[in-house]
Amino acid sequence: MNGKDKGKVLEIENLNVYYGAIQALHGISFYVNKGEIVTLIGANGAGKTTTLRTVSGLQRPRPGVVRFLGADITHVKPHQIVKEGIVHVPEGRRIFSALTVKENLEMGAFIRTDKRSIQESMEQVFDHFPRLKERLHQLGGTLSGGEQQMLAIGRALMSKPKLLLLDEPSMGLAPILVEEIFKILQNINAQGVSVLLVEQNALMALSIADRGYVLETGFINIQGPAKELLTNPRVKAAYLGGS
Amino acid sequence: MENRHFWQSEVMNFGWLAGILVVLLALVGMVVSFSQRGFISGVMSEGQLLIFLTVALIGFVAGKKMERQSVLKVALWGGIIGFVAGLSLIVLVLLTGIKPLNLRSMFLNASPQLVKVLTFGKGQGAGFLYLLLLNILSGIFGGLAAVIPGIWGSGLANSALITILIGLLTDIWKTFLPRGVAKFFFANKGFNVTGFLITFFFILAFLLFWSLYGARIKVSYGNVASRQPKKVKITWWVISLVVLLLLPRLVGSYLSEVLDLVGIYIIMGLGLNIVVGFAGLLDLGYVAFFAIGAYTMGVFTSPELGLFHLTFWETLPLSILFAVLAGVLLGIPVLGMRGDYLAIVTMGFGEIIRLLVLSDALKPILGGAQGLVGIARPTVGHIVVKNPPQFYYLILAGIFIAWYVASALKDSKLGRAWMALREDEDVAQAMGINLVSIKLLAFATGAALSGLSGAIFAAKLNSMVPHSFTILISIYVLSLIIVGGVGSLPGVVVGALALIGTPELLREFAEYRMMIYGAVLVGMMLYKPEGLWPEPARRRELHGEEGKSAVTASTAPVQMSEEA
Ligand SMILES: Nc1ncnc2c1ncn2[C@@H]1O[C@H](COP(=O)(O)OP(=O)(O)OP(=O)(O)O)[C@@H](O)[C@H]1O
Ligand SMILES: [Mg+2]
Repeated sequence: MNGKDKGKVLEIENLNVYYGAIQALHGISFYVNKGEIVTLIGANGAGKTTTLRTVSGLQRPRPGVVRFLGADITHVKPHQIVKEGIVHVPEGRRIFSALTVKENLEMGAFIRTDKRSIQESMEQVFDHFPRLKERLHQLGGTLSGGEQQMLAIGRALMSKPKLLLLDEPSMGLAPILVEEIFKILQNINAQGVSVLLVEQNALMALSIADRGYVLETGFINIQGPAKELLTNPRVKAAYLGGS
Repeated sequence: MENRHFWQSEVMNFGWLAGILVVLLALVGMVVSFSQRGFISGVMSEGQLLIFLTVALIGFVAGKKMERQSVLKVALWGGIIGFVAGLSLIVLVLLTGIKPLNLRSMFLNASPQLVKVLTFGKGQGAGFLYLLLLNILSGIFGGLAAVIPGIWGSGLANSALITILIGLLTDIWKTFLPRGVAKFFFANKGFNVTGFLITFFFILAFLLFWSLYGARIKVSYGNVASRQPKKVKITWWVISLVVLLLLPRLVGSYLSEVLDLVGIYIIMGLGLNIVVGFAGLLDLGYVAFFAIGAYTMGVFTSPELGLFHLTFWETLPLSILFAVLAGVLLGIPVLGMRGDYLAIVTMGFGEIIRLLVLSDALKPILGGAQGLVGIARPTVGHIVVKNPPQFYYLILAGIFIAWYVASALKDSKLGRAWMALREDEDVAQAMGINLVSIKLLAFATGAALSGLSGAIFAAKLNSMVPHSFTILISIYVLSLIIVGGVGSLPGVVVGALALIGTPELLREFAEYRMMIYGAVLVGMMLYKPEGLWPEPARRRELHGEEGKSAVTASTAPVQMSEEA
């Protein structure tokens, strides 16, 4: 399509996930191309978080297949998946509140050993988020909500991921801050990191994404290029404030 | 507020609280049994001190609550609180005097002895007056200590507490002070009057001096320390090492015995601190590994069983090995558990081990209820390690090893992984941390240190019974970690000295050990939840404001030196 289609980073096939007897995902399938931003939008309880947890190995599908760069990673352990190059920024900015900004970032580089290249990554994170550099020695817990979200994303970048999974980064943030963070996400993406973005804020998400999927109570009912979804009457009615 | 009845007013709430507490202390028998020892010889026994200390404490808490009130009003409040407490005790004494009531059939400790202690042996007239007066003074003292600003208030409170501590530990000072000096300060039981007054005012003077010049001294020390950090650090190490090596000579055999016990708990504490403090896994069955280490030592060296005839040093690695295996064995089934579930399962594990060593079926290999005798003594060259000062050095070596292991792990990558696990299991996985392996490693290293401690314990006792390995040990170790400061290595030492050492020295406290532990733990959680010697990161976490000051630290050299 627009030069981004150089093969699939992530491929989900017929994913079924249960919590006990409750089925949260009903055989969903989707994919992320290399270099793309793909968004998964849906209301509360649609199964967005569940999808991301399954991709990062915290939840097991039965049945279902998760492929990363062509390899089946459905049964790979979570920490191994991080080493493969998928990193998950969980819902609700779960940073280490007792650690400083710097220590949080170092924690993000846990799987890496080369001190010099870790330092380089940290500089890159500061390029994206200059605010973090100003607050290098501040405790994570004392950061503002927006700064915490930046730290959570920065920390994830420290593992040098090929695919970034983001769970509702806009949650609880002022629109202007969401805009700032989403712009940064585009920069990160421009440097070659593919992004799977889960959002309730459909307008914002679709405005930076290449393609989108709409998840409704465990089913993917609508999908397509982000621009088309923005004008899709059903999406407009249900997720874009109806106007 | 004013239209409430006086008897329901806030000051009266504190008064009733004080009254109930002191009556309770009297009825559980603490007052009488503490009175066997004098605090100030001929003036006040430790039992009486307990009452006044309690009243002063309530006065203090009340004073803190009304910080912006006038000093006079606070003094009045303190006085009222003391008055109510004193009155409650007088009523108690009068009640014990009513024959038909027969209070003693319900409260065994409402004895003539108690009456004698409460009335200072002066009979009901003068005794009551005395009791009432001292209670009132204690209440006023506590209240004033809380509200008088700056060094005078806190200085009064601190010098009173330090003086009390010195008085309680009279026996220690006597063992190594020159006889003449000891005679000057201390009577047969506790302080004499001059000794008490001199000690109290000396400490007060010192605290005043420190408040005036302390900051300056700290800064100049900080300057030296920052200019030559290595030298200062080495000096401290050398000084502590020399003191540690000379300690058994200084304190004699009895106190060496106490130190040995404290040391055995320190090794265990350093181990459990890895599991609970570093990795955040609440383990209540920690005694199991201690028992396994001890029993390995017993089974492999005891001639009574006659199964093996290894020496102490040959068995020591086995003790650690078996403890580690048990640690992993326990770790596997509890991998998915956290918090209270984990605590209960590990507790069960501890009991299982205890029941196994107790069982008749395993008697031929484990000795059954009678336990094991003739456990090997360690030998170093030609010396057989057997008396407390000799064991002290062995235990000290064990502490050094445990300390080294714990501090190396803490600063390692594994230590950071444990920290992540403790804070947030999901996020830890998202950082690429293998939870299974780091959990098992935490259990294994914790168990190894406990096994080491148990092996030394067995060799020291020479014989042992299953009864030594109850869940109480797990609770003691956990408590000392909490009191010292979760995750802090120096905290383990401080906690062990406070919770294991002090009760050994204050024998009459032993009976009320659990009660005092409970009170101390509740108090700690309320007023100093980070512990006596907290880990810097925890302190930051619990006192958010201090965290911010770390940012400005570069512009504030005084704060820097405090951190150092
Ligand atoms: N641990 C769990 N146990 C049982 N049910 C769960 C669990 N986690 C999620 N669910 C259920 O699975 C469904 C999908 O939840 P999920 O968290 O994936 O939704 P979501 O789309 O992320 O919602 P939100 O936007 O509110 O975060 C919901 O019905 C939820 O109640
Ligand atoms: Mg969610």
